[in-house]
Amino acid sequence: MWKTILRRFLIMIPEVIILSILVFLLAKAMPGDPFTGSINPKADPAQIHHLMKINGLYDPWYQQYWNWVVHLFHGDLGNSYQYQEPVTRLIGGRAGNTLWLALFTMILTYAFALPMGVYAGRHEGKLPDTIIRVYTYVTYCIPFFVILVIGIWIFGYVLGWFPTTGSISSDASGWLHTFGSRFYHILLPGLLGALFGTVNIVQYLRSEVIDSKHSDYVRTARSKGVPSKDIYRHHIFRNSLLPIAAFAGYSITGLLNGSIFTETVFSYPGMGLLFVNSISFRDYTVITALVLIYGILNLIGTLLSDIILSIVDPRIRIQ
Amino acid sequence: METASNFLNIKDVSTAFKINGQYYDAISHINLQVQHDEILAIVGESGCGKSTLATTIMGLHDPAETKISGEVDFEGTDLLKLDEKGYNQFRGAKIGMIFQDPLSALNPLKRIEEQISEVMDYHTDLSAEDKHNRVIELLNQVGIVNPQRTARQFPHELSGGMRQRVIIAIAIACKPDLIIADEPTTALDVTIQAQILDVLRDIQKENHAGIILITHDLGVVAETADRVAVMYAGQIVEQGTAEQVFNTPEHPYTRSLLRSMPQRDNENDDLYVIKGNVPSLQKMPAKGDRFAPRIPWVPAEAHEENPTMHEVAPGHEVRCTCYKHFQFPDEQGSVTV
Repeated sequence: MWKTILRRFLIMIPEVIILSILVFLLAKAMPGDPFTGSINPKADPAQIHHLMKINGLYDPWYQQYWNWVVHLFHGDLGNSYQYQEPVTRLIGGRAGNTLWLALFTMILTYAFALPMGVYAGRHEGKLPDTIIRVYTYVTYCIPFFVILVIGIWIFGYVLGWFPTTGSISSDASGWLHTFGSRFYHILLPGLLGALFGTVNIVQYLRSEVIDSKHSDYVRTARSKGVPSKDIYRHHIFRNSLLPIAAFAGYSITGLLNGSIFTETVFSYPGMGLLFVNSISFRDYTVITALVLIYGILNLIGTLLSDIILSIVDPRIRIQ
Repeated sequence: METASNFLNIKDVSTAFKINGQYYDAISHINLQVQHDEILAIVGESGCGKSTLATTIMGLHDPAETKISGEVDFEGTDLLKLDEKGYNQFRGAKIGMIFQDPLSALNPLKRIEEQISEVMDYHTDLSAEDKHNRVIELLNQVGIVNPQRTARQFPHELSGGMRQRVIIAIAIACKPDLIIADEPTTALDVTIQAQILDVLRDIQKENHAGIILITHDLGVVAETADRVAVMYAGQIVEQGTAEQVFNTPEHPYTRSLLRSMPQRDNENDDLYVIKGNVPSLQKMPAKGDRFAPRIPWVPAEAHEENPTMHEVAPGHEVRCTCYKHFQFPDEQGSVTV
């Protein structure tokens, strides 16, 4: 199994290199420049021209890319044009917030989705199954940001149960209070994210349970005289959870993508919000750094999925 | 035959499936007996209800989707009257079932040992160690060369033939009186088929079990069966000892089946083809001989309106009177009725 994982890991290296080139070129291909409008709307074009030149933005792309990579290996992702701060520090201050929210959302998602999916599959066609299905269809039809906006409006504004912006209240002091406040701020975005995130897992798990229920090996188990309760426990659950376990790695990817919406709507200071802001300011250094990080996290997500699958499914283990 | 030794008595059993809100008989009014130490073969083409009969005996149908009538008397208990809990006392313990497709009949995520000992978990009080020993003994019995190793393996690491052996081991683990083998050799190649049949025969001798062997392969039947029941469109059309059915077949369907089988003396001829198909459940005629549409040259008067079984020799029964007048088209005129 270690061999599989090592091989899988080695494949990632060329993937990361190609990803970084693509990311760099795409960021460069964006129209506009980082200086127009950011210094002074009436700034002299010759001055902007000069700034572009001293920042190396007129160099050929491979030279810019090479400079970027060399700096990258020194832990230097450049300075943000917008915030006049090192990109590493800028992202470092926000990564924690994003991961904290993503982790919380993921836990909530699975806590809701697993029981719902299994229950719906087991009682296929009955009323609770129908209710769960209607819920998943309806949620699936609504775009994520609409769910967020409606959620924030009802629970944050009309009912006023939850804070609607930020990651912590300004007067938080002491670790307990700080933690409580942080938790309070991610509760609503986390719940809404989970509400949306459960849909795929519930549907997938439900159909897996139904498939397993009618599978030949379950028929074999029944002909052994195994009671229905034990058939679910020993045969159907584990076999149906396989694809879901494999899905877990990918779902990290989904959460990070979702964080762009969540953080924007909730003005939550994480990487997603930073990303959206830096795009509107053409903050190249930040954009490339973030896209690269997101890309690498995606690769890690798929790697995780493969590793999880090779652990839980004996058929995947390659000798 | 004396009924005393019949431990399984299937009386007038019909199984109907719900299709679009209506029930259609997949098997109708089946009467069969099985004794200890005998192999009863049930033959027929695909869709004739062989497997439905097997799953009916095992009680594997969803009661919401099927309607079962009649009586399955197993050692004095009518299985069809049992609830799920009662049935589980018989499944695996007194009735073992061997399934058609060894590739999918085993749980892909469990080791072989776990899958075999699971059946003992529910029907015996053996200790973990005894169970392990029994698993090894069983794997030996079904002809697996390295049982210690196989016990630790997962199904995907085994060949089709080995998996079928494992399934047989599961079926016989608690020494059942009845073994139902539903096309146990269909998915296997010919050399493995013969080995599997040998294993089945050996087990039957050892345990004095009765075996219901379901197959569409007449070669398998000729090799193994003591008695044969031929099924067509959900009914038994002919039943008797293997000699009776093979040497003096009476029903047009049996005769057609045997004639469509390659044999040494007709290897240069074209094989006989039974025209048409088994009618689908919804299109099954309510009256008349169900095989009649496939032998259109036989005049309608030759068939009974409600075909019943007729005894032509002791223990040899044939459905419908048409067998008395049946000839293949190329024989017509050469034999007078």
